[in-house]
Amino acid sequence: MFEIDAAGLKYRELNEMIRGAIARGEKEIRVKGVNGQYYIGSGLRDKTDITLEGVPGNDLAAFMDGPTIHVKGNGQDNICNTMNSGKVVIDGNAGDVLGYGMRGGKLHIRGSVGYRVGIHMKGVKKQSPTIVVGGTAGDFFGEYMAGGVIILLGLDTKDGEPLAGDYLGTGMHGGVIYVRGTVDKALCGAEVGIAELDEEDKATLKEHLTEYCKDMGISLDSVMKKGFKKLYPESIRPYGNLYAY
Amino acid sequence: MNHDYQKDISGCGLTGLISRKKKRISGGQIVKSLCLMTDHLYAFHVMYDDPEVRWSVEDHLKANYKIEKVEEIPTAPVKAIPISPLLMRYFVSPLKNKLVAEMQPDDFVVETVMKVNSEISGAYIFSSGKNMGAFKGVGNPAEIAEFFRIDEYEGWTWTAHTRFPTNTPGWWGGAHPFTLLDWSIVHNGEISSYGINKRYLEMYGYKLTLLTDTEVATYMLDLLIRRHGLDIRTACQALAAPFWKNIDAKDEAGREAFTALRQVYGSALLNGPFSILFGHSNGLVGINDRIKLRPLVAATKDDLVYMASEESAIRAICPKPEKVWTPRAGEPVIVEFE
Repeated sequence: MFEIDAAGLKYRELNEMIRGAIARGEKEIRVKGVNGQYYIGSGLRDKTDITLEGVPGNDLAAFMDGPTIHVKGNGQDNICNTMNSGKVVIDGNAGDVLGYGMRGGKLHIRGSVGYRVGIHMKGVKKQSPTIVVGGTAGDFFGEYMAGGVIILLGLDTKDGEPLAGDYLGTGMHGGVIYVRGTVDKALCGAEVGIAELDEEDKATLKEHLTEYCKDMGISLDSVMKKGFKKLYPESIRPYGNLYAY
Repeated sequence: MNHDYQKDISGCGLTGLISRKKKRISGGQIVKSLCLMTDHLYAFHVMYDDPEVRWSVEDHLKANYKIEKVEEIPTAPVKAIPISPLLMRYFVSPLKNKLVAEMQPDDFVVETVMKVNSEISGAYIFSSGKNMGAFKGVGNPAEIAEFFRIDEYEGWTWTAHTRFPTNTPGWWGGAHPFTLLDWSIVHNGEISSYGINKRYLEMYGYKLTLLTDTEVATYMLDLLIRRHGLDIRTACQALAAPFWKNIDAKDEAGREAFTALRQVYGSALLNGPFSILFGHSNGLVGINDRIKLRPLVAATKDDLVYMASEESAIRAICPKPEKVWTPRAGEPVIVEFE
């Protein structure tokens, strides 16, 4: 275990220290006193476990390809931007535009998230990203989603409290969103269909949530007790004829 | 050219804090809309591109105001800021005989600001409050604070801004905040409706001279709140009006009220991405655009309320806030003194 005290460090200094430690073969890194440093874990490729204590700055794990990052605190904006593989676990809440163009790996958040989470996520065959949000989400959740899986749990919400904001799945043309509870069609994009889960969905959901619950130390059974709805793009090529006629 | 040059990636950011109990907070923390002077005096902070211009402005001030005090704004030598405009401040009150008919002192001061900024080349009044003072310039935020000796001031509200100019020039007058009387605005984003807002404001006598979009937000709030008498929440709803589909979903009274507001104040709508902190005599307001295209985080601790672009900016001065939340798009956070 290699320890870094990030208090007062500028983002470039801190990221050089983390990269240096990985280059020396460190497999476990703990960073104390993180507060606002941008780009932590960005572009990192090796298999490394990084624990961050505090609130890391924007673009955490952008373009990341392999490592696991555990944030003991809240996250800010643009986490997992275009991430390829690896995992980010956040114990608290996180901000806007998480998983922008994310194309692989996992983002697990215990708390709630802001606007435009999962915007333009994409996936092909086995290369499929996953975002699981324990709390609630702001507007434009899963906007322009092209692939992958997003799960919204709404844990600790009161009865009738909306899980997601307006414009849910607007522009969605691939992937799937599972919502634990009910979904108001009026808040969804026009392209979004709402369906019950089939056996394949249930298996996918259980697989993802088993790992999520283990990360968060919560009971899978209690999470699965409540019913889920599935959101999917009703047309996978909504503009397929745009230039044909 | 060194191709390996490492650019310091920056961005706009804003931060503010307010004591609801009006406890004075030192500028060493970050900084405020100051309680500079007694309540009957206005403080003009003026920047002069050319020191000679000073005399034309002072002639105009002498003819219209009782001037209690004139001094250079105190600054400290900072290596990174080798040159600056001449920075002066004047503590003044309008001459009684100049307030013709119904004219209020605030109106007279606004007229002076508009006249100087648009007619006297190279002079800009960048602060004109009774109970608010603005300090701004070109440089790293920490250096600007050191330059203006911000840690020597105290106030119950502080706002601060770091600008990464993208669309309009980076110059001393174009730095944030943009102020008028006791209104002060720091803003992150870009106001795409600048042209519409500017023409609308010009109809009411405002002159937009500072080459930056944020200026419209300051004058718009002065117009809506001080001159048209809107309350703060309604003014915010004119700036970030609900979408028609949300208005349609309201009850009849709500539909009528918001339809009227959008019809009357269509030209006051700020379109485009923004998060704004808006300081005034009675409190501090944070507001986002209607679809949250810029970040805004709020927090509380004891009687203090914090708002900033990033949570870490708040934690840098308040490591353990009691409550941290992200305001919803278009819904103002309105903090008033107790």
